[in-house]
Amino acid sequence: MKFAIIRFGGSNCDLDVYHILSDVLGVPTDLVWYKDSIDRYDGVVIPGGFSYGDYLRAGSIAASTWIMESVKGLADDGKPVIGICNGFQILVESGLLPGALRTNVYPKFCCKWADLRVENTDTAFTSKFRKGEVVRMPIAHKEGNFFADDATLSDLNSHHQVVFRYVDRGGDVVPAANPNGSVENIAGIVNESGNVLGMMPHPERASEPILGSADGRKVFESMIEYALQG
Amino acid sequence: MKYRAEITTQLKEGMLDPEGDTIQRALMHLGYDVSGVHTAKKLLIELEADSADDATKMLDEMCQKLLANPVIHNYSIKIQ
Repeated sequence: MKFAIIRFGGSNCDLDVYHILSDVLGVPTDLVWYKDSIDRYDGVVIPGGFSYGDYLRAGSIAASTWIMESVKGLADDGKPVIGICNGFQILVESGLLPGALRTNVYPKFCCKWADLRVENTDTAFTSKFRKGEVVRMPIAHKEGNFFADDATLSDLNSHHQVVFRYVDRGGDVVPAANPNGSVENIAGIVNESGNVLGMMPHPERASEPILGSADGRKVFESMIEYALQG
Repeated sequence: MKYRAEITTQLKEGMLDPEGDTIQRALMHLGYDVSGVHTAKKLLIELEADSADDATKMLDEMCQKLLANPVIHNYSIKIQ
């Protein structure tokens, strides 16, 4: 089993993810330049950063590269694909996930810890969590304000595709816990089959106790378990 | 034929435009009674096409695929 971390010009969380997968969790992982092939991998991470300087719209240029066709192919084959932060923006821009990520309501880069409630544990990335569990991971973005129209939102809810919501410490979805204006406090969603996850919070920055939280590690542990069952 | 086109992308009506709202507040601070500010992005594109219709068709495709995000944007195409 081997995972690929895709690097675009401007990706900058690639080495953090690599550290967690390779050094902490011991999974064979390659850093793959976007012009190279990912066909032989068992899972893909699209890391955070500012691909192509966020030109046009965050994620839009990376979404139009050839490698995203291969990512779609792997996703169709049921392989786990996760996009973190800029990776989430790339996944919605490429149509792998529904909705859009707009500029934050308070239009400023927002970098802080966020409490998240795990809404669905029946996905490739959340099997190690308990349903309803409140976990901590940091966010760091300016375009994380998730939007979907009413019909899409209703589909997302009825198919249990909302995976993480911003909540207060008690686990309640309240406006004060919403850092960016996302509809229904949505922080992360999956596709209908549950093998493609996009999330604004950074699990790789919360995967060791020394970082202040190790909650994010379960995202990668779940991904590994899912890929092993492949 | 060579064509020049002007593409404008703008957030759909009713969609929150925090940048526009912030600029509106700043203008009001300066004493201007402004009832709304909306931001838009303008792209000037030069392209070859057989006719203005063909150029418009290509530009529309470009908007759908890359230049606009149809989930949140409206766009307009002007050919010169």
